[in-house]
Amino acid sequence: MMREDTLISARGLGLRFGAIAALDDVAVDLWPGELLAIVGESGSGKTTLLNVLSGRLAPDEGTVWYRDPAGALHDVHAMPAPALRSLHRSDWGFVHQDPRQNLRMTVSAGGNVGERLMAQGARHYGDIRAAALDWLGQVEIDASRIDDLPRTFSGGMLQRLQIARTLVTHPRLVFMDEPTGGLDVSVQARLLDLIRSLVARLRIAVVLVTHDIAVARLLAHRIAVMQRGRVVETGLTDQVLDDPQHPYTQLLVSSVLNA
Amino acid sequence: MKGYNFAYLDEQTKRMIRRGLLKAVAIPGHQVPFGSREMPLPYGWGTGGIQVTASILGASDTLKVIDQGADDTTNAVSIRRFFAKTAGVATTTVTSQATVIQTRHRIPEKTLRDDQIIVYQVPQPEPLFRLEPSRIETKRMHGLADYGLMHVKLYEDIARFGQISISYDYPVMVNDRYLMSPSPIPSFDNPKMDMMPALQLFGAGREKRIYAIPPWTKVRSLDFDDHPFRAINAPHPCGLCGATDSYLDEVVTDDKGGRLFVCSDTDHCAERRAAGHVGADGLQKAAE
Repeated sequence: MMREDTLISARGLGLRFGAIAALDDVAVDLWPGELLAIVGESGSGKTTLLNVLSGRLAPDEGTVWYRDPAGALHDVHAMPAPALRSLHRSDWGFVHQDPRQNLRMTVSAGGNVGERLMAQGARHYGDIRAAALDWLGQVEIDASRIDDLPRTFSGGMLQRLQIARTLVTHPRLVFMDEPTGGLDVSVQARLLDLIRSLVARLRIAVVLVTHDIAVARLLAHRIAVMQRGRVVETGLTDQVLDDPQHPYTQLLVSSVLNA
Repeated sequence: MKGYNFAYLDEQTKRMIRRGLLKAVAIPGHQVPFGSREMPLPYGWGTGGIQVTASILGASDTLKVIDQGADDTTNAVSIRRFFAKTAGVATTTVTSQATVIQTRHRIPEKTLRDDQIIVYQVPQPEPLFRLEPSRIETKRMHGLADYGLMHVKLYEDIARFGQISISYDYPVMVNDRYLMSPSPIPSFDNPKMDMMPALQLFGAGREKRIYAIPPWTKVRSLDFDDHPFRAINAPHPCGLCGATDSYLDEVVTDDKGGRLFVCSDTDHCAERRAAGHVGADGLQKAAE
């Protein structure tokens, strides 16, 4: 069922919220280093799918398989809570649309970046601080801001800080929920550029949820289009966007200017 | 005393608390909920400690009560008198003669023995409460031994002040598993908890939690490899007994900047003076 090298593989995912089918027989595969965009309009089940894939929400039916670095397969929703928690703290990352959901606003930028390291057992202050400085540099935040509180940061800086905090443990898989939402266009462009270069350099696999076709086109290798809880079309990004087959995808692509 | 059960609490309540204590001893450092009762003293004055003491006290016990190390402060005197009255047990101020020691904010200087029990009064049993406001989340963190957040606090201290700035209620890891608040004892006392021969019981009345450290259990103060834990104490000898190894209180003696550093453990200080040790201020007084 699952190919040798897939990182995450989901089959037959279904989840209903009352009468609404948020997920209906959804299948997803993700390979290491690959960036998969999930696009669709609001309420199409994108974020629900992200939450189910990352083990934050249990599906009514279907299974999510994850292959750990040693090559062993795990059923994400059958994993014991401590194992899932440690996965989320090390090999996985989650980037929220609102960085305030992930960041600790009363803790300095350096402490925010260092938390995952400390949760993993890093107990050397100098090393943690060096790693924090290194990561602030990688997300283009000035080193002099390391001891500043996140509330003194701009929206774009907060989002970059959240990315540094997530990537510091070198995860192999990162879930991103509308990472550029709520930012103005020039800041978005800079952030997209940063995400693209980091992901390519570190060979991180990403599941990216976005309603913005342009973001998907810029970043994603593959794309999955969702409508009313179903994946209606999936394929290589350019292929899907340049030659959409499903009527809904055609509508989606035609409704975007210069996409 | 007529009209009261032995040691004030009724037997059912004591039994309930003892069940909590057994569970707490079985899982060192884990906070066990219990049905805290109204006691004839306000929250924050030791309602948790007094309930634990009442549950473990037997007729043949000898009780010592200290408050900030002293046997003669209001809290210590009234709790000691309370149990003398309601349980009729013998009381003492001498650490080595006591079988049960109830304490607020200190551990006696004298090393405790394996036939003694020390009961701590705890205002806030949750070591993470200033860092994580949700009690549901802190319970989950304890369950998963997910304590990175506590180290974030220590990291912040070093980044901001150059050192770990917690001087009391310094968080400890018990038996390499549970993060625990040692109650507001000075960090100076933390090393005494490690491998202590005596049983250590903690009662938080308002927060309705009991926890414990069994005898001979590993208790480690949190730190970083390159910023190791160090106990903080005033760099003076005791003015009365000359002790250099005990925890000191700073006492303002006049309005001209006069200061006196004395042992906070009054029994320890008195014992040393009885044995002929004299500090700098003691000599001065003798000369006057």
